[in-house]
Amino acid sequence: MSIDRLVRRAAQEIKSGQIINLGIGLPTMLIEYLPNDMEVLIHSENGVLGAWKKAPRELAEPQLIDAGGNYITMRAGGSIFDSAVSFALIRRSKLDISIMGAFEVDEKGNLANWKIPGRFSPGIGGAMELAQKTKKVIVLCTHNDKSGQSKILKQCTLPLTAKHCVSRIITDKAVMDITDEGLLLKEMAQDITLQELIACTEANLIIPDTIGRF
Amino acid sequence: MNKQQTIEESIAKIPHGAVIMVGGFGSPGTPFSLINELIRQGQKNLTLIKNDANEKAIGISKLIENGQVDKLITTHIGLNKGVVEMMNSGQMQVMFFPQGILAEKIRIAGAGSFGFLSDIGIDSEITDPSQLIEWQGKTLKIESALNADFALIHAQKADLYGNLIYRASAMNFNPLMAMAANHVIAETPNIVPVGDLVPESIHTPSAFVASVVALQSLTKEYEVMERRFEY
Repeated sequence: MSIDRLVRRAAQEIKSGQIINLGIGLPTMLIEYLPNDMEVLIHSENGVLGAWKKAPRELAEPQLIDAGGNYITMRAGGSIFDSAVSFALIRRSKLDISIMGAFEVDEKGNLANWKIPGRFSPGIGGAMELAQKTKKVIVLCTHNDKSGQSKILKQCTLPLTAKHCVSRIITDKAVMDITDEGLLLKEMAQDITLQELIACTEANLIIPDTIGRF
Repeated sequence: MNKQQTIEESIAKIPHGAVIMVGGFGSPGTPFSLINELIRQGQKNLTLIKNDANEKAIGISKLIENGQVDKLITTHIGLNKGVVEMMNSGQMQVMFFPQGILAEKIRIAGAGSFGFLSDIGIDSEITDPSQLIEWQGKTLKIESALNADFALIHAQKADLYGNLIYRASAMNFNPLMAMAANHVIAETPNIVPVGDLVPESIHTPSAFVASVVALQSLTKEYEVMERRFEY
């Protein structure tokens, strides 16, 4: 699996002029793929608008991190504020895009990414407010879990972060859009056949005449 | 009006069983020195309110590991496996709120009000139907304000009256907690005479602050965490 290709593909979702939140893990990595002259403002839940690439050790400031604990740099035009303002910005839908990880996501755009009962429950953090209030939620995750099970489902089984919130799913194997008709396949990774993709996807895919490759 | 105190006398005001808000999101803004003094004095059966549990062996994680904390009110403790295990084994009670809801509960308490109406997570498992009301044609959740007996605050700069200024992402929950607790103790590595701070640059006005502790030196806990650069 190519993490590099997956993150590179996700970075193409970002356009100049947008305000973006990136979840911990894979989504945060895509900052490193953005051109330095791109005018985007990246929001971090701990109260930063204008977060930019990771700080190298010699430039790291002990008091400047992102929500994942990485030492960061900031770009010109950025601002810093308290946690209530940070979430006012989220709840007032000032974010154009939120890119988040997932344990499960389904054909209806339901998202489960905060709790696996009995196994993983470190708290919800900012996920619920981001998923419920961002204009466009994109899920960025591996297509299958470590045991090969599809994360892309007909219906989520885990406790939901938010209902009907996801509009696009980007995995290492495919790009899919949630539509009124169902889950529409848009693009496939270069090294997979349509049969292989269908076989490792529990959800029903709507297959269009032309499928892009990434 | 001079509120400067020694770290010993400021923390000695805290009794066993106190409810304490602690500033910080991860390390930035965490009042490590006040926490270390609380460990030295040994107050027990505490309830802490903090965004996270810090990481193993620093900040409030040390207080928790030391058995001084009965309950933690927080949003996410994923960076602290030890505290997750203590929660799972029932050694300590943990109560979670969505991050912005926790911030707003504290903000509302600090504004002298008692609650607010929210639409976050109303159809999820974090909401009990008894918390819902109909309001202006919408179904909304009643969220109560969250007060505390004490707040422990880290400020980049403070004057002797207790006017506070925060730095970079060390602001986070600090200004909110400094308004929501009944007795606010602020530590700072930069204490300045009254009149030195530009009035409109002050984040927390002195009226909210009971005690200011000047830090002569900063422990390693305030420095860049080297393990973030080990890959």
